[in-house]
Amino acid sequence: MTILNPSRRPRSASFLSRLALGAGLALGAASALADYTWNFPKPVTPIGRDTLSMHNQFMVVITVLFVVVFAIMLYSMIRHRKSVGARPAGFSGPTGMLQWFWVLVPFAILLFIDFVLMGIPAFHAVIEMEDTRTKADMVLKVTGLQWKWKYEYPDSGISFVSTLSTPREQIEGKAAKGENYLLEVDNEVVLPVGRKVRILLTSTDVIHTWWVPQFGVKRDAIPGFLRETWVRIEEPGVYRGQCAELCGKDHGFMPVVVRAVPEPEYAAWVAGKKAEMAAAAAGSDKAWSKDELMTAGKAAYDKNCAACHQPEGQGIPPAFPALAGSKIVTGPLLSPEGRLIPDSHVDRVLNGKAGTAMQAFKATLSDADLAAIITYERNAFGNHKGDMIQPAQIKALR
Amino acid sequence: MNTATHTLDGPGGHTHQPGGLLRWLTTTNHKDIGTMYLSFSLLMFFVGGAMILAVRAELFQPGLQLMRPEFFNQLIGVHALVMIFAALMPAATGFANWMIPLMIGAPDMALPRLNNWGFWLLPPAAILLTLPFVLALFGIGDGAVATGWTLYAPLSVQGGIGVDFAIFAIHILGISSIMGSINIIATLLNMRAPGMTLMRMPLFCWGWLVTAVLLIITLPVLAGGVTMLLTDRHFGTHFFDAAGGGDPILFQHLFWFFGHPEVYILLLPVWGLMPHVLSTFSRKPIYGHTGQVWSFVAIGVLGLVVWGHHFMTAGLPVPALLYFMYSTMSISLPLAVLFFCWIATMWRGAMSFETPMLFAVGFIVLFGIAGLTGLVLADVAADAQYHHSYFVVAHFHYALFAGGIMGVMTGVYYWLPKWTGHMYSEKLGKLHFWLTVISFNLTFMPQFFLGLAGMPRRIPDYALQFAEFNAISTVGSFVLGLSQLLFAYNIWRCIKGGEKASNGVWEGTRGLEWELSSPPPHHSWETQPVIKD
Repeated sequence: MTILNPSRRPRSASFLSRLALGAGLALGAASALADYTWNFPKPVTPIGRDTLSMHNQFMVVITVLFVVVFAIMLYSMIRHRKSVGARPAGFSGPTGMLQWFWVLVPFAILLFIDFVLMGIPAFHAVIEMEDTRTKADMVLKVTGLQWKWKYEYPDSGISFVSTLSTPREQIEGKAAKGENYLLEVDNEVVLPVGRKVRILLTSTDVIHTWWVPQFGVKRDAIPGFLRETWVRIEEPGVYRGQCAELCGKDHGFMPVVVRAVPEPEYAAWVAGKKAEMAAAAAGSDKAWSKDELMTAGKAAYDKNCAACHQPEGQGIPPAFPALAGSKIVTGPLLSPEGRLIPDSHVDRVLNGKAGTAMQAFKATLSDADLAAIITYERNAFGNHKGDMIQPAQIKALR
Repeated sequence: MNTATHTLDGPGGHTHQPGGLLRWLTTTNHKDIGTMYLSFSLLMFFVGGAMILAVRAELFQPGLQLMRPEFFNQLIGVHALVMIFAALMPAATGFANWMIPLMIGAPDMALPRLNNWGFWLLPPAAILLTLPFVLALFGIGDGAVATGWTLYAPLSVQGGIGVDFAIFAIHILGISSIMGSINIIATLLNMRAPGMTLMRMPLFCWGWLVTAVLLIITLPVLAGGVTMLLTDRHFGTHFFDAAGGGDPILFQHLFWFFGHPEVYILLLPVWGLMPHVLSTFSRKPIYGHTGQVWSFVAIGVLGLVVWGHHFMTAGLPVPALLYFMYSTMSISLPLAVLFFCWIATMWRGAMSFETPMLFAVGFIVLFGIAGLTGLVLADVAADAQYHHSYFVVAHFHYALFAGGIMGVMTGVYYWLPKWTGHMYSEKLGKLHFWLTVISFNLTFMPQFFLGLAGMPRRIPDYALQFAEFNAISTVGSFVLGLSQLLFAYNIWRCIKGGEKASNGVWEGTRGLEWELSSPPPHHSWETQPVIKD
């Protein structure tokens, strides 16, 4: 089985040239382009390989069925035409044992195809796919959030959030699209090659679906429940996929990127990530200047908040309220005793708002990021509150 | 049966009927109501089509060119709801209204006032569904329902007023469909001509009988599901919220308990119609009448117990996965009986290929692709790759466009001369057929490959390796959409005039409906015919 891998060349074809291309192809004029994928991308896990071979086998089966059945119909359409002088027969059902026999043969074949030819390999594939617990070497917890993925490694305590890194300009057509347009993230998930990884999935808001086509697995992440699946990646490489369940506005913009590396490289990555997290934790305890908070706040805001509330804080009302001039944002910061005020700005950012897309960001962002974002929102977009909040205060509120 | 009372009006007894608009508002005549259903369906077919052409235009190339993702999500969901509830279902109900009394020898439907009400609930429902688009222009709300037609919680709990509008639209559409179904069942069971036993009842009527039963069983479940959604949204219940002890997957069970039979609800009337057309243009009796009846029943029953295959990636337990896989596969058996009977009806006939026959053959071949890809979709492991991808989008458009809509077109061309008394333009009809079939495949065949390559459905923008097939699909969709204008024009021309149609219309027609004049008299069968033989 040859698999045509998508050649990923950057391009910025104009609308017109694409129209011409589409029309040309539509007329069958230019079919020799290499950029077509006719089948699954190359599988790199045991399940992926199984699925592909099963799919290929089934496609042959249904193609044969299609050709045989419609060849018979086509033959009839050519032979039994009024215009070639065919005279209609009068039968309206099988008569006699022989005819009944021939009527029943196709159904016997179909029974065999359904429950033996397809049914048996499918049975084994399901059992294998659902066997998440036998000999699992490690666990990866995946949490879907609107519209990013959070990854946690319970064994090593690593956790981070992975978001789309394709610049807005490329999406809006103001810049040439890069090679991995829409399939690139800031923090890739790193997994060791050759180890069975049990993947636990959940979500904090709506249903998302974690899908990497080359792994052959796709599983929904359901809020309030754990779902599981597993992968054993056999080749090092970077594997790209996307959220597959409509999850709101930016459903098309929450890619999954997994980097599979050999064991030693994985160990080094774990050590590096741990050090990084320790440094971030230290950030909670130091005192930040307002300028530092504002600078960090703008960066964190653009990454985490701007998709909905917009870069200038004007929002997309009514679904995504404006922050500029907002009563909540310009309200009091904390109670005089330093406690959280219900439904205040800090409460919203930390705990979200139930029933809306505003999520509880304390689950995904660091103390420093939260303090920076809150400080930034209170002092940007013409909100001149002048106050600020320290990461240490956020830490105390958790 | 008191069928004689209607004959008091005498021939052409519509003297006490108001004229103009009031006639259509108050009519209880099955043919008037059938015409309204069909006209409404055609109108909404263009509304739903325009929505999806905007979507295809956005998907023509990577990047966001024409619309925001929020609006994109609204268009895809409303497209589906409009096409299913406001285009395809009313078309089938229009057929039922027009043809069932003619086919079984009745003067009208059993419950004419209910019939009128059933139709007039549709326009308000369609307005409810699309009004949020307009309201958003005036700054009220954030547009129509943006969750896809499946309304999955918790996304739909989070959504704006569009969701509430959709919920009420579904309630109204559901009431309308249930009333239509009750009427059809009452008519078929009580008003058949003497001598027409149930097993002798025409297959179109049988297809509709099973459809009507399925509607009455499943629609209340959907109505319950969306009502629970409504109370989750506004009255603090937690049916679908884990934090309150609920479960989001419960909604998927409720939705698909309706949603899967819905596929057969849309297709059974068409399956019922096909043998009539094939028999007519093969000039040969229908093959396997009884076998097809039992296949309809079997598909109806199996269709009620396979809903889980719509969410096999949601984490169902292994025994459930295996059950849904094997039960889904077993639907291929009664379906194969239908294919067998269709081809056997053609076998050794004397075929000619007028437009209805072309559409029927196109239907069989393309619906065959839907059936075969459905068979592989049932396989849980492979389904993990196909599910939520464009492979599924292509599959169900082969089922619902090539199966449903082309089936409806078959019926329209087949019966239009009977309804109007004029022949349509065969030349335009054939042109319409070829343009439709070619552009349909151009639109949806590439989507199979997009799905295999890993393109998820319902995304407004995509990675670069999906660009070529999307461009082809968009070109195809615009040709497909524009070709349908020919269909509307041909119908218009046929209503306005044209060559007179005889009672039998086609050379090989059999059945009561072809014994009446074209168009049939106002009260159809004023004296009940008696079936002999």
